[in-house]
Amino acid sequence: MDLIDTFFNWKVFWSTLPQLLEGLWTTVLLGMVSIVAGLLTGLLMALSRLYGPRPLRMLARTYIDVLRSIPLLVLLVLVYYALPFVGIRLTSFMAAAAALTMVSCAYTAEIFRSGIEAIPKGQFEAAQAIGLGFFSTMRDVILPQAFRIVVPPMTSNCINVLKDTALASVVAMPDLLKQATQAQALSANPTPLIGAALLYLLLLLPLVRLVGHFETRHRAATH
Amino acid sequence: MKALIEIRDLHKFYGAFEALRGIQLDIAGGEVVVVVGPSGSGKSTLIRCINLLEDYQRGEIRVDGEKVVRGPALAKVRAEVGMVFQSFNLFPHLTALANVALGPLRVRHMSRPAANQRAQALLDRVGLAEHAHKFPGQLSGGQQQRVAIARALAMEPKVLLFDEPTSALDPEMVGEVLDVMQSLAHTGVTMVIVTHEMGFARRVANRIVFMEGGQVIEQAPPDQFFSTPREPRTRAFLQAILQH
Repeated sequence: MDLIDTFFNWKVFWSTLPQLLEGLWTTVLLGMVSIVAGLLTGLLMALSRLYGPRPLRMLARTYIDVLRSIPLLVLLVLVYYALPFVGIRLTSFMAAAAALTMVSCAYTAEIFRSGIEAIPKGQFEAAQAIGLGFFSTMRDVILPQAFRIVVPPMTSNCINVLKDTALASVVAMPDLLKQATQAQALSANPTPLIGAALLYLLLLLPLVRLVGHFETRHRAATH
Repeated sequence: MKALIEIRDLHKFYGAFEALRGIQLDIAGGEVVVVVGPSGSGKSTLIRCINLLEDYQRGEIRVDGEKVVRGPALAKVRAEVGMVFQSFNLFPHLTALANVALGPLRVRHMSRPAANQRAQALLDRVGLAEHAHKFPGQLSGGQQQRVAIARALAMEPKVLLFDEPTSALDPEMVGEVLDVMQSLAHTGVTMVIVTHEMGFARRVANRIVFMEGGQVIEQAPPDQFFSTPREPRTRAFLQAILQH
């Protein structure tokens, strides 16, 4: 059997493509849910870490440190295989989304924090001086500026979350990688794996390029 | 008459360093007070205490009878006290108009059209009607500082604090900002100004306060202050700055 027939078998590719696309959809859905949830919780975590009362600040800092230290795969296995022992039984999608969100929240919080801390003290003072409260200071003055600063690292983080969704195949989630390995087993041909790899690239390459674009633009803006 | 701003035995520490050492100062409503003194004398610190951008450790400040302390009443005090900073501190992501309208919108809870209308009127007043739609980065330093003055005025404050408003400006732009400030003086708004512009102080102030080493050394109407200062330290200061 020649190389083309083994790795790029057109017939196998065609017949398994629907299955792969189904997996791709699950991957994208899991990625989106985790990214959005991670952004929202990450923002709250960053604000708690910076401005909460002391106990909350400590708690947020501990959470961020722990979740940045633990390997995602280990956390995922814990959520999916250990929690049932205390009666918490999550579907594989929920377990994967929970684990991805928890970790993304920690990274997102650190990115938001760096963005907020990069805003000059004078901006806070000017907001205070016209009598804006904390909420309005954040919404109208600080966060719009901080968001702009963190777009490149935040996009990077989103890419990581999307990539890490592949770990969900470990807890039997029918994502792109899982569908591909199943198709490969069924058709006794590795073409579906190649197909999956290509689909991952198709999804992620534009995003990676986008980060590159942001960084060039940022360099141009600061020089 | 009861003073609008009352400062009693004010002490401020940075660690072990005592930046303000028992300041007593009353400022009447409508008065224009210029605070002068060598750098490090505590004059900026003093006016930053009036709206509590700096905490103080001892003493008391009242604005219109309201004690200036951390707590729920602080935002109310701050809304009555406008501030213009040395480095402008405009919000770079908002247009000049939006910079000025933000306070009325969020603190006074005006409608957006009403807030924008007030903002436009104030930009007219500081001579920037044509620049309302521009972002701070598109304006010169002098124009930015005039937007900042309009932003402070938008809250219709009882008190305006100026913290070296012309020190960060190119020399050719100092005049336009001082002109706007002069036009505000004696309109009823109380002004407390930290500046090195002695000519301006002489023209516009009702009273000059001279500070050194965290204390008020001498205060007098400008004529008297510049012609017949009583304290030797005031004389030394005036000699040093008026010599060149």
